[in-house]
Amino acid sequence: MLYNEPSPLEVKVLTRRFGLPNSTSIDTYLATDGYKGFLKAASMTPEQIIDEVKISNLRGRGGAGFPTGMKWAFVPRQSPKPKYVVVNADEGEPGTCKDRLLMENDPHQLIEGVLIAGLAVNAHAGYIYVRGEYRYLIDILDGAIAEAYQHGWLGKNIQGTGFDFDLYTHTGAGSYECGEESALLESLEGKRGVPRIRPPFPAVAGLYQCPTVLNNVETFCAIPAILRDGGAAFAALGTPKNGGTRLFCLSGHVNKPGVYELPMGFNLLRMIHEVGGGIPNGKKLKAVIPGGSSCPVLRAEECDVAMDFDSVAKIGSMLGSGGVIVMDEDTCMVTALWRIMRFYQHESCGWCIPCREGTTWLKNLMTRILQGGGVPADVDLVGDVARNMLGRTFCPLGDAAAMPAISFVTKFRDEFEQYLKKHSSPVAELVSLGA
Amino acid sequence: MTFSPELEARFEKLLKSYPPGRTRSAVIPMLLYAQDELGYVTRELVEEVARRCGVTPLQVDEVVSYYSMLRRKPAGKYHVQICTNISCLLRGADKLWEHATQKLGIGNKEVTPDGLISLEEVECIGACSWAPAVQVNYDYHHGLTLEKFDQLLESLKKSAVQ
Repeated sequence: MLYNEPSPLEVKVLTRRFGLPNSTSIDTYLATDGYKGFLKAASMTPEQIIDEVKISNLRGRGGAGFPTGMKWAFVPRQSPKPKYVVVNADEGEPGTCKDRLLMENDPHQLIEGVLIAGLAVNAHAGYIYVRGEYRYLIDILDGAIAEAYQHGWLGKNIQGTGFDFDLYTHTGAGSYECGEESALLESLEGKRGVPRIRPPFPAVAGLYQCPTVLNNVETFCAIPAILRDGGAAFAALGTPKNGGTRLFCLSGHVNKPGVYELPMGFNLLRMIHEVGGGIPNGKKLKAVIPGGSSCPVLRAEECDVAMDFDSVAKIGSMLGSGGVIVMDEDTCMVTALWRIMRFYQHESCGWCIPCREGTTWLKNLMTRILQGGGVPADVDLVGDVARNMLGRTFCPLGDAAAMPAISFVTKFRDEFEQYLKKHSSPVAELVSLGA
Repeated sequence: MTFSPELEARFEKLLKSYPPGRTRSAVIPMLLYAQDELGYVTRELVEEVARRCGVTPLQVDEVVSYYSMLRRKPAGKYHVQICTNISCLLRGADKLWEHATQKLGIGNKEVTPDGLISLEEVECIGACSWAPAVQVNYDYHHGLTLEKFDQLLESLKKSAVQ
């Protein structure tokens, strides 16, 4: 199902089957070039497949933007151990709701992407790790997997190519941290979702300490088109080093929030005004979080930017997971940061101290400010605590909490100070930070 | 413990999904699928899952205490989960949450006296572009207003009677 009207500005590659009758069925898939990328890949060597992915300039859609072809090349294909393909369908970054649509509307595209990855790294088994809340997607995926087995696109000697592959769904049970690749692997092994120290990276020692390719749903979903139409065609859709299209999730204060597939490098202001229909009630733009809640916030005047990994990095933020969160002039930045800090405190796995304690301090400080008990030094303290977390935690969750904190109190310092003036009480310092 | 034939079939398939000797992998899915049938994770279930997966009950317990969807107390027949994270907040989820607590007379993770409805404030559920969003058990409800939320509650009460 689609939950918002498409935009005429979209370039539909991954979403091309969305809205077709029975878009989840294998018949629809096969009738619309389905599994052609796999058949092409099956006639190629693993090196050739990986080269094609490298040429496409596909970068990880989970948030980090690491070149996918390079990631696959790290897997020791000749290792005597079994190799695995793992799909990260633990979509949980606030502002992000695209993987859900990809699995709901075109599950075979994901299966085909996984199969091609299997050919590329000599893997014969894969798991789709789906967040627990997405139960209905497990049913859709299980249905598609069963169909693929029936039609000979999974199992032994797939379509006479001599390639065997088994694919399974696996459910999580509520944990943002399990979207972090090494915590996901721990969870897939039946344990608490705490991160592993790296190196070794999952490419070398992943699931059950075996070589593992682990990518986001959207990354895998781009693979069939890359093999089918060639890496160069995919690359040409985007900007240099940022191939293809991206599913952007517009949320917050826009007239037409929704998930839209747009070329990499699409201008952010155009996205808000032309795709998203502008800001409701004629309000002015105040700020945008460009790639999910962990990315540094942009002030309105910074938003004339091409939405690709490198351009957004150049202005000090990140393209992240594609969650574009738009805030109008009436948005209270203190409330917004408080809510984001509450989230990271709740989701910190507690494994390492800078994150566990840091997120707790940030949440408590923001709660004190929000409730009118803040003191002027609290604004600097938020920044100090956050800066002391950066780069010092076991996994990126610490940075994910620190980056919005630093950017909010730096870029909207005036507003934080005004808020403190307006909402201070004589008992300010009695408001506990230990709550 | 015995479960429904559907759940037993799911378990059988699940235990075959992992390589030999790796049945610990089935612990989390087994707990969640069983919770869906039993309503919550009982002591007996912890021990049963441990036995079936070949791990100790402690290894199951440490998982139950980590994952936010696993609960040791029953929820309502309809578990109403309201997302108040940033994208939903910008579209009025704070007011929706307040409205829901007043309307139902219960707070976070509480159940109405008749056991029909429980309420939980949840983190991002992946419906940001169609906010504010609510999940009732596993069903999504998008773009809620206070009025639409009331209608949703009414429909839940009605389907409970049927």
